[in-house]
Amino acid sequence: MKVSALISAVAVALLPAVVQAANEVPAPYPYPEPAWSPYLVGGLIGALVLFTLSLASKKVGASSAYSDGAGLIGRVVAPRHIASLPYYRESKPMIGWTLVFVIGAIVGSCVAAWTGGELNGAYLQDLWVARFGADSFVLRTVFALSGGALMAFGARMAGGCTSGHGISGTLQLAVSSWISVICFFVGGIAVALMLYRL
Amino acid sequence: MNTASTLHSLESQTGKSQPAGPEQDDSTRTDPRQWGWLETSPGKLAAGLLFGVVFGFLLQKGGVAKFDILLGVLLLENFVVVKIMLTAIIVGMIGTYFLRKTGRIELKINETKLGGNLIGGLIFGAGFALLAYCPGTNAAAVGQGNLDAITGVAGLLLGSYLFALSSKFGGSSVSEWGNYGKLTLHEVLGVRQGVFIAIAIPLLIAILVGLEYAGF
Repeated sequence: MKVSALISAVAVALLPAVVQAANEVPAPYPYPEPAWSPYLVGGLIGALVLFTLSLASKKVGASSAYSDGAGLIGRVVAPRHIASLPYYRESKPMIGWTLVFVIGAIVGSCVAAWTGGELNGAYLQDLWVARFGADSFVLRTVFALSGGALMAFGARMAGGCTSGHGISGTLQLAVSSWISVICFFVGGIAVALMLYRL
Repeated sequence: MNTASTLHSLESQTGKSQPAGPEQDDSTRTDPRQWGWLETSPGKLAAGLLFGVVFGFLLQKGGVAKFDILLGVLLLENFVVVKIMLTAIIVGMIGTYFLRKTGRIELKINETKLGGNLIGGLIFGAGFALLAYCPGTNAAAVGQGNLDAITGVAGLLLGSYLFALSSKFGGSSVSEWGNYGKLTLHEVLGVRQGVFIAIAIPLLIAILVGLEYAGF
């Protein structure tokens, strides 16, 4: 908890500095169109969750892949230290369903982008450049690192992410998932509006 | 190949047949050399990989591997994310209802822990706005070639480690506050699951129709 408080404090302290240095984003912003209809994609993702639940009795999730990944790296680099952490004693870091699922998602997305001519290769994306300029490599790195860290920490506290709670849990009508996903968006909307529209 | 399952059965054997000391039990818990590497059978892992490929493919085709579209929903300007999530929820709600009725699936949900769900959820949201990709779409963004998502992976690994580290200092006590066990919405409201989804699905469809109508 101390750690998360520290990260949050750093992130919040960064905000005013960031906002001052930023350019105004055009409104309305020209958002790209997805290749496929979101309703088709959503329907197929819903069907995918039904398949994994019935065929493998596993749910679709993503965030625990990163905690297993971090633990697996730790098991190779500093096994004694990893074994001293109560969290990893309870959920031992192993190569599991969610980890291979997320690795598969990287491959699948690569195939989709390749077939659709959408392979990217940029470090700074369009909306980011519109707001923070083309020379904001360091700022983007700080944001991506701290954002990823906060998100993983929050996901472990909440027990899942936008996949595990946001899709798999909500469609099973889990109270924990509906509370969590509402909080994901409340927190996300508040910080995003401060960062991009202030 | 089956070292993991052998280790598992060894663990359970020693656990059952020798009611010995807590030291022995503790050594399998604390000695990482006795931990397996594979959590489940190679066949199931191969299936997981395949399902993951389909998931990543769909995320990219749906446009949610894109930085702009993901931030767009947090800025309340682009609702592709909402359309995908709500459609998946509608299909999944109907599907899980009938599959559970015929006994083909079991409920796989997490316990309601108000502390963890609320505080963890808000922290997650703040991180989501900073990174712009969530854990699943971050993987899709990496596959699509968004190089900043690779930094996102480093951040996600770091945050996961920090959480595990905080568990050493009682960090998980906040998450455990307000634990109500595995709760579902229809249980809380005291209605049957069929009744609940018969009301919820038209409502969710109305939201989607409303979004289209409003020009999003």
